[in-house]
Amino acid sequence: MTVVEQTTPAAPAKQKQVSQSYWALVWWKFKRNRIAVLGGILLLSFYFGFVFIPEFLSPYELNHTSDFVEAPPTKLHFIDTEGKFHLQPFVYGMERKLDFKTRARTYVEDTTRMYPISLFIHGDEYKLLGFIPSDLHLYGVDQKANPEAIVLIMGADALGRDWFTRILYGGRLSLMIGLIGQVMTIIFGMTLGVMSGYYGGMIDQVIQRTTEFLNAFPDIPLFMALAAAIPTFWSPIAVYFMLTIILSFVRWGGLARQVRGLILSLREREYVLAAKSAGASDARIMFRHLLPGTMSHVIVIATLAIPGMILSETALSWLGLGLRAPLTSWGVLLQDAATVRAIHTTPWELWTVPFILVTILAYNMLGDGLRDALDPYGTR
Amino acid sequence: MVNYIIRRILYAVIMIVLVSFVSFVIIKLPPGDFLTQKLAQLRARGDRSAEGQIETYRKRYNLDKPFMWQYSTWAWNFIQGDFGESFEYERPVSEMLGERVTMTIILSVATLIVVWILAIPLGVYSAVKQYSMGDQIITTISFLGLGMPGFLLALLVLYFAITVLNVEATGLFSKDYIDAPWSWARVGDLINHLWIPAFISAVTGTGGLTRIMRGNLLDTLGQPFVEAARARGLANGTVIWKHAVRIAINPLIVILGSEAIPGIITGGGLVSIVLNLPTITPLFVDSLRKLDMYMAGTCIVFITMLLLVGNLLADLALAWADPRIRLD
Repeated sequence: MTVVEQTTPAAPAKQKQVSQSYWALVWWKFKRNRIAVLGGILLLSFYFGFVFIPEFLSPYELNHTSDFVEAPPTKLHFIDTEGKFHLQPFVYGMERKLDFKTRARTYVEDTTRMYPISLFIHGDEYKLLGFIPSDLHLYGVDQKANPEAIVLIMGADALGRDWFTRILYGGRLSLMIGLIGQVMTIIFGMTLGVMSGYYGGMIDQVIQRTTEFLNAFPDIPLFMALAAAIPTFWSPIAVYFMLTIILSFVRWGGLARQVRGLILSLREREYVLAAKSAGASDARIMFRHLLPGTMSHVIVIATLAIPGMILSETALSWLGLGLRAPLTSWGVLLQDAATVRAIHTTPWELWTVPFILVTILAYNMLGDGLRDALDPYGTR
Repeated sequence: MVNYIIRRILYAVIMIVLVSFVSFVIIKLPPGDFLTQKLAQLRARGDRSAEGQIETYRKRYNLDKPFMWQYSTWAWNFIQGDFGESFEYERPVSEMLGERVTMTIILSVATLIVVWILAIPLGVYSAVKQYSMGDQIITTISFLGLGMPGFLLALLVLYFAITVLNVEATGLFSKDYIDAPWSWARVGDLINHLWIPAFISAVTGTGGLTRIMRGNLLDTLGQPFVEAARARGLANGTVIWKHAVRIAINPLIVILGSEAIPGIITGGGLVSIVLNLPTITPLFVDSLRKLDMYMAGTCIVFITMLLLVGNLLADLALAWADPRIRLD
């Protein structure tokens, strides 16, 4: 959220008059709501961590495969076999055992091999933000000294990849689809809503009937049908953008309706008449004079709608209708995790779920706080 | 009233026709059809006669005809109760869908009942005892439930059931009862399996309704007629349940049609996929993946129909509950 702090013109010195802009009042009210602030901070850190620097936070590179197929999470130890306490946590080496009867893999800790975990360690190379070459990782074991050591705090998948690393990278696509999709929904919804409200007549009728139709369509089945129509031979990135467009295309109706309602009352105000008589064009009146008045409303609706968008992506990819394997998103990760067999053999893959839930909850907390704060004159 | 119902039904029919047409267009969008997939499969297996077989299929399912012809024949047969044949299973769609539609309705109604039985008393308590300890707890829990997507919760419940309780929590019937005819034992088995979806819907659906009930009742309790009822010396319970709740419940019925029923049917669909329940949605997803056109089309028409009927019933319930509503 951008907060426009207006500097009040220097007030007479004798009596300090407090006169604040709308956004300053909003900010004051928002700050008092602890839960909303917590939600905002959580989201900021999630977006920063998962979108910008997952390469740094994760101990390995995304496609770093290993022999530790479907290994359970490695335990961090502070006390070694002799009972000595180490300030620096360490992991033991893992020994794989194959049960020839049941074909089940088990992993046993080999307490003779100890690998300390260090912070800011050099490991797999990557490009931070796509252009800063680096090989620094937040934590990990020294791969050059002990290539056979591995630290998997959330276990490994069927290719021996670190699940935590995959969750971090998956967050990038899942979080971004919510944001990009919502921005597009806002653009669709606001443009059509303002046109519908301002022009009225034929344009209004067409837009209203379209939104009604989109509303009558059960939305999740519609997503599914549209997502299933994305050709399988498209490149992953094209699929990603197509999916974003689908998600926002279906969801603009509600927003357009709300914006239209607001515009209907706003367009009767005197300042619109003033703008008209000053010779402003329709486009200028709509986008420069009318739309800003709906902004606070739109922000609230949008914030509360983003989780729905993230969840739709997750659900679609999980069903195999959205993003597919070479891409990593939370929905793609769920595809592996969400079967009865997977819950039996690799239950740690469900670590994805808490991450999604916290994101959803944080958005709801933030949105709820914003709704209260954007009406700063109210008593609630 | 009759006039209103007729108009609503007409509107619903138009919507269904539009939805079915658009769905058909969407389902036809991806390049190729079910048979091209099947052909590839047969070829991969080295089946020499594949091409000939496919041609017969193409004729049988009318896939060689133009799109509009396919749609209009299907739609015309649909009205007569013939929903076409599923390519994948080579059986009439109506056979496969019949039981699932019933199950979807049973599950949705069960969900609705559970949610309302829980949400109304909780909301009323929360409003009457505003800011009490109980209200705080209810508020916190409903916020958690509000943000909780059903299918993720279903996954967690499944995990819990498998790892901790050590029970297979999927399906609606035990193995012995899946194909058994209806009997009391089968109903008992169904109820035994129904508690997991019921629990999930209780957690996810109750939160929002409780919040709305609380808000409405708080508004209503501040109104003069409640004051007047109290002034006449009516018992507290009578004032709340007979005077205030009676009014505060109306917006809930509005939401029933516009949000609650769609949420239960489509959101419940995802839960069904996790828990492997025999409702429409799992079949729909499957048929979409396989480009099983008539099956997918019929599924979406039925889902839409359930939504529209639910909407209509909710509107009628509102007209019954609130005589001030004018139906025109």
